[in-house]
Amino acid sequence: MRKGKLLVAPAISWLIFFFGVPMLIVIAVSFAARTPYGQVIFNFTFANYQRFLEPLYIRIFVDTVFTALVTTLITFCMGYPLAYSISKLPHKWQQPGLILVMIPFWINFLIRSYAWVVILRSQGLINTLLLKLGWITQPLPLLYNDYAVMLGMVYALLPFMVLPIYVSIEQLDHRLLEAASDLGAKPFTAFRKVTFPLTLPGVAAGSILVFISSLGMFVVPDVMGGAKSALIGNLIQNQFLSARDWPFGSSLSIVLAVLALVLIVLYYKAIQKQEGGTNNEEKLA
Amino acid sequence: MKEMVRLQGITKKFGNNLIIPHIDLTIADGEFITLLGPSGCGKTTLLRMIAGLEEPTSGQIFLDNEDVTTFAPYKRDVNMVFQNYALFPHMNVEENIRFGLLMKKVPKEKQNERIDQVLYLTQLEDFRARRPQQLSGGQQQRVAIARALVNNPKVLLLDEPLGALDYQLRKNLQLELKNLQRGLGLTFVYVTHDQEEALTMSDRIVVMNAGRIEQDSTPDNIYHNPSSRFVAQFIGESNFFDLDKENILAIRPEKLNICEEEEENFVHPLPEYYGTVVDVVFYGTIDKVFVRLDNSNQTVVAYQYFDDVKRWCPDERVGIWWYPQDAVSVKP
Repeated sequence: MRKGKLLVAPAISWLIFFFGVPMLIVIAVSFAARTPYGQVIFNFTFANYQRFLEPLYIRIFVDTVFTALVTTLITFCMGYPLAYSISKLPHKWQQPGLILVMIPFWINFLIRSYAWVVILRSQGLINTLLLKLGWITQPLPLLYNDYAVMLGMVYALLPFMVLPIYVSIEQLDHRLLEAASDLGAKPFTAFRKVTFPLTLPGVAAGSILVFISSLGMFVVPDVMGGAKSALIGNLIQNQFLSARDWPFGSSLSIVLAVLALVLIVLYYKAIQKQEGGTNNEEKLA
Repeated sequence: MKEMVRLQGITKKFGNNLIIPHIDLTIADGEFITLLGPSGCGKTTLLRMIAGLEEPTSGQIFLDNEDVTTFAPYKRDVNMVFQNYALFPHMNVEENIRFGLLMKKVPKEKQNERIDQVLYLTQLEDFRARRPQQLSGGQQQRVAIARALVNNPKVLLLDEPLGALDYQLRKNLQLELKNLQRGLGLTFVYVTHDQEEALTMSDRIVVMNAGRIEQDSTPDNIYHNPSSRFVAQFIGESNFFDLDKENILAIRPEKLNICEEEEENFVHPLPEYYGTVVDVVFYGTIDKVFVRLDNSNQTVVAYQYFDDVKRWCPDERVGIWWYPQDAVSVKP
């Protein structure tokens, strides 16, 4: 037993020093004040959290949650069919299919976002092409609006939806589908009644990943959204880098973290409920 | 007798692998037929072809005189009890059973009536709201049967349904299944590799080996008149005595008798072989006596019931004899 404790010690201390301590610092700073020049002074105050309740910030918060919800919905609508088709590929093509989904990760995210700028801007790929074809006379405003932000988010986060769903489809016992077919279910009905309900945990996991990631996203709105579409991620970034208001930035981060935590807890509750009797003690011998 | 299933010239290849070279088989209405054979003999593939889960490479399948060879599983009026039950984990017992009725758009009232019926039949009334994970293996097995039976299929297909259960439970369920089948008069096609199960339950056994039918007959006949060495060996135990290249004599251990080498006043046929007892193993109801025959490396086994006074010991010299009617000539 002592030996076991000793073995996990490095991991535990890693967590304490690089996760626990910084987190505590952020919490502490979120209750602190600052001097006009950005120095943090540790006077215990709720002012930073009260400031968050100003309409401007509430507005940004609501926008952020809304954007994250829509992003999650779109990635689900695109990700489920994609994951499903990959899982139905012949076995030797599944791995390459998954790698194609993940390849974009090999390139820096910032660069990929700028690639979208090159494609979408007024003199960009799409507009130039459409102008040349004579289908439009004025460049379309494809960039620097909420749709561009949404596009960028969906593009960035789609793999986080696809992978968990793929895993849950892969783990599905195919005999259940044979049983459904044997009992008279046509393929689509079998999907609706068996495959989909049983892959919901994958959908939930993907949704949580996408939703939480898009809550904190600031590169995409920065690069593709222009000045108008500030989300909470940009606000936090601003507090730390431009406004030099660390306490307010910290309090915003904590609000975001608590929201994410609540969602994760809800997710586990839902999963437990779904699995129902599995860990139930009344299992009969 | 009315014909229910007819397999005609069935062959099956998986890639370049010829699993079933050629099979013809007719199954009568109300029959309990067992496909018996070692794993890989093609018995499950054959069953899955009747269900529509596999398509034959060539040949035709008739169900109640209708050619269903190309029908999808959901269009066939047969139901399957899967080896590991394949119960829907996100539905409770009642929902699992209702599934097939919903698919066939049976009116709600009729659904409830049928569900109550099969729940009663399978003694699952107290478990209707449980999820499969909350049930024991034997109960899950009953749900799988109920889920298939409720649809009133023309044929019930059972793929080693008792394979995952322990010995005692299996024995009880064997009898329950047999009684159920008799009571309903339903056609059962049962796949197993367990010869004892096949013998106790079936009206008819089809012994398969390497994708071919070795013998197709009643359990009694299969046991007492095996047609080939394979059948005699696979079902029960057998001793073989090579007569010539074409003929082998098969004798069941319970028909093989042992006597003293120097016995006076024979009242039975003369010993055919002599040998030495090498081992005696106690099996409860019997002793298995292993005898090494003289002038050969062959060891034969005889079952000795304890109605004989004498219990044999290793190293004793013995003679081996049998009644001529107990020896069966089989193909090699």
